[in-house]
Amino acid sequence: MKADVEPRPVAGRSSVAPGDVLLSLEHVSLSFGGVKALRDVSFDIRKGEIRAIIGPNGAGKTSMLNVINGFYHPQEGVITFKGKRRHDMRPYLAASQGIARTFQNVALFKGMSTLDNIMTGRTLKMRRGILSHMLHWGPAQREEIRHREAVERIIDFLEIAHIRKVPVGKLPYGLQKRVELGRALAMEPELLLLDEPMAGMNLEEKQDMSRFILTVKDTFDTTIALIEHDMGVVMDLSDRVVVLDYGRKIADGSPAAVQGDQAVIDAYLGVAH
Amino acid sequence: MLYREAGQFKSSYAADMAIFPIRQDRVALLLLLAFAYVGVPLLAQFKIWPFGSDYLLRAILIPFLILALGTIGLNILMGYCGQISLGAGAFMAIGAYGAYKFTNGVHLPLAWLGSEISIPPLPVLPSILLGGLMSALVGILFGMPSLRIKGLYLAVATLAAQFFFDWVFIRVKWFTNYTPSGSVTAPELKIFGLTFNTPSERYLFCLVFVSLFALMTKNLVRGNLGRQWMAIRDMDIAAELMGIRPLYAKLSAFAISSFVVGVAGALWAFVYLGAWEPLAFNIDRSFQLLFMVIIGGLGSILGSFLGAAFILILPIMLDQVPHALGIPVTVETVSLLVLIITGALICYLLIVEPLGFARLWSIGKEKLRLWPYPY
Amino acid sequence: MLLAGQVLEVLLGGLLSGVLYSLVALGFVLIFKASGVFNFAQGAMVLLAGLAMVRCLDYLTHHEFPTWAAVLLALLFAAGIMALTAWLVQRFVLGPLVNQDGLTLFMATIGATFVLEGASQMIFGSDVYPLRLFPTDAWIIGDGIFPGGILINKLDVWGGLIAGLLVAGLAVFFQSTKTGRALRAVADDHAAAQSVGIPISWIWFVVWLVAGLVALVAATVWGTKLGVQFSITFLALKALPVLIIGGFTSVPGAIVGGLMVGAGEKLAEIYLGPHIGGGIEYWFAYVLALLVLLVRPQGLFGERIIERI
Repeated sequence: MKADVEPRPVAGRSSVAPGDVLLSLEHVSLSFGGVKALRDVSFDIRKGEIRAIIGPNGAGKTSMLNVINGFYHPQEGVITFKGKRRHDMRPYLAASQGIARTFQNVALFKGMSTLDNIMTGRTLKMRRGILSHMLHWGPAQREEIRHREAVERIIDFLEIAHIRKVPVGKLPYGLQKRVELGRALAMEPELLLLDEPMAGMNLEEKQDMSRFILTVKDTFDTTIALIEHDMGVVMDLSDRVVVLDYGRKIADGSPAAVQGDQAVIDAYLGVAH
Repeated sequence: MLYREAGQFKSSYAADMAIFPIRQDRVALLLLLAFAYVGVPLLAQFKIWPFGSDYLLRAILIPFLILALGTIGLNILMGYCGQISLGAGAFMAIGAYGAYKFTNGVHLPLAWLGSEISIPPLPVLPSILLGGLMSALVGILFGMPSLRIKGLYLAVATLAAQFFFDWVFIRVKWFTNYTPSGSVTAPELKIFGLTFNTPSERYLFCLVFVSLFALMTKNLVRGNLGRQWMAIRDMDIAAELMGIRPLYAKLSAFAISSFVVGVAGALWAFVYLGAWEPLAFNIDRSFQLLFMVIIGGLGSILGSFLGAAFILILPIMLDQVPHALGIPVTVETVSLLVLIITGALICYLLIVEPLGFARLWSIGKEKLRLWPYPY
Repeated sequence: MLLAGQVLEVLLGGLLSGVLYSLVALGFVLIFKASGVFNFAQGAMVLLAGLAMVRCLDYLTHHEFPTWAAVLLALLFAAGIMALTAWLVQRFVLGPLVNQDGLTLFMATIGATFVLEGASQMIFGSDVYPLRLFPTDAWIIGDGIFPGGILINKLDVWGGLIAGLLVAGLAVFFQSTKTGRALRAVADDHAAAQSVGIPISWIWFVVWLVAGLVALVAATVWGTKLGVQFSITFLALKALPVLIIGGFTSVPGAIVGGLMVGAGEKLAEIYLGPHIGGGIEYWFAYVLALLVLLVRPQGLFGERIIERI
């Protein structure tokens, strides 16, 4: 059992300069049994940009994020994050290195309130051990209040103060997605992976979410990789786009360039092979 | 009207995070504690109804407190961390026999190392805590499979613990100090020079233990560790992504839960039973605690108390009420009725209110706040 | 040769008693395959079926019915009781809880267990009721090869035959019939099965009825062995390790698991027991199951559990 120990190293901001490569994937291949989810995919994400990953259904976009996160382990390829080359990631390592994520089907902790959900995002930054917590009054309480303040700032930013004590299972889908974003932001990540953050939202909600994403990039100094189907959102928000189809990368560049690329158009419209 | 929180604004996060944020709740709790710590002993001293005889203290309040403690322990594992355990009885047994061995002195010859471990008899309080510690260590051991094994399979692993330790405490005579009958007696309860003999004194002894442990558990549960447990319970894959280590969270839940259950076991043996045999901690006890957790409410400290009270009082009520009404009812019928009612109540609660009595209680309080308005 | 004979006798006895465990385990597998529910109440169902049958049989025999008629009527009566139970459980416990997660349903079956245990004893009595449906003596074979011969219990052999028939029937049922397919769909996803028009209430009633009949069969065999009494419900607890080892969803797994547990228990008791104190049978099956779990969490024949986000 942990007693009060020296503070663990916290995920701090790395020495990667804006514009430099933050994450790069080289020749990554992933298969499940006979199914090849990713084939020889290589691209990079630069610090401070919004990188969109698009492609038809089943292209391997979520698998890509799962590889970056450490949920899936690719059979081939190298992942380089903040300068360290690895063959695969582990979830805990990804989290402690500063990668946070939201999920396609919201993966919130349904038994807890909004506030508690977002507070779980602060776990890595909390250092007080079991004995402190048992006592509560004193160091543990002070630490709790400090993190509560940080979380309340995020809650204010995302405009979810009115539902902070509501169990998230009771919230409508759009608000759940916002809470999930809040939970990811609470980790103060360097790289934020968003899996279809706009899915199931109406125009107003999409505008709100877009606003949040842009503010996160600018104010919170976070690099963002996002999977999205709404082309309008992709064009407006992203700096660069990578397109996957059947597990392969078929285009990589600015939104305008990708939009005009024949291979991309073929993939989306479906062309007889 | 009775119960408004209007006008009670919190001006600091500390106040918002308090265990009882509403003033009426705090007042009610203070009154309850005052009654429990001062009122009950006074009434018992002067033999005022309903404490005219020892019965209420001996047969109801003391077992209630100890079983509530055990339920709190089991709730940590099941309600907060979502790991099912059907072996709580075994962990109570480890706490009880562990404490027993420590009060009698531990002598363990380690022939294969050529030496031995010899600990002199320890006083009661450290022995109880050490019994809990033994239980915690075993809890960690049986918790290790929980990383690969989930849900029902884990339940079977805990049943394995239950049956294995049933056998151990019967067959391995070392634990019972080689008594011919297999049953052992608890030592006198002497703490810091004070003896706790009368029911009133034993009641206070249990009350202090339970209050402290309930507070400690509540503090753990509302802090970071509690959130980690609940995250693992709700979605352990996503929890890993926050930097929550499933191994640490699950093992800490097993350890702390087993510690509390072990202490409850030691108290059950030392304070309530006085003399006991392994049967006191068999699978029936495990199911009793399980029902207390489910009926009281998973993931609720208050629920642990409510569930323990209900399960304990049900057979007594089923016995006394027909007698009072003049209807004869055999002991056997009572025990069968207890089975039926408990089972039916569990099914009913799972359908209507899976969070048990505790949730019903808080819904009731919410209605009280709005009364006489319906919403 | 004496030792070999002894080992063979213990092994055979263990295997055969293992088949009897499989009988109980089959009921579990049935319900789990069909509804994804782990029915903790299977043991209580064995008790209920046994009590219903033996009390009816005693009553009819007491009223001078010829034995074959009495047995037949008693079996029908017990089957009827199981049908009623299936309907009640479906209507009041499972129906309202459809779409809940597995753990909630499991705990609901724990509740149902206690209701069934209490109610069956209240209605049919809580004594020990002996049952004489199968011969309980033994054959001695192989007298020439092994000194003293090998003792084989006739009841165990009957149990084996019956279990074999049951398994064959169930296997055919699940693989080949329309209902069997529907059951597997329901086990996979309640809501999806409902949305394609599978009548869940009816399916669950059928499943619990069949499980109840399996319980009745198990009750006849076990009741002859032990007498119909409350402790039969603990068979459910013995069947759990069988299921773990075999995998919750596999009918052949239940058989293999039962064999392993039965044989393992007996062998461990005779050959390991004297070294660490007797009574190993109490926990051996469970520790064996635990070890299997650590190596293969889904059991020997079970389906791999894949979690996706």
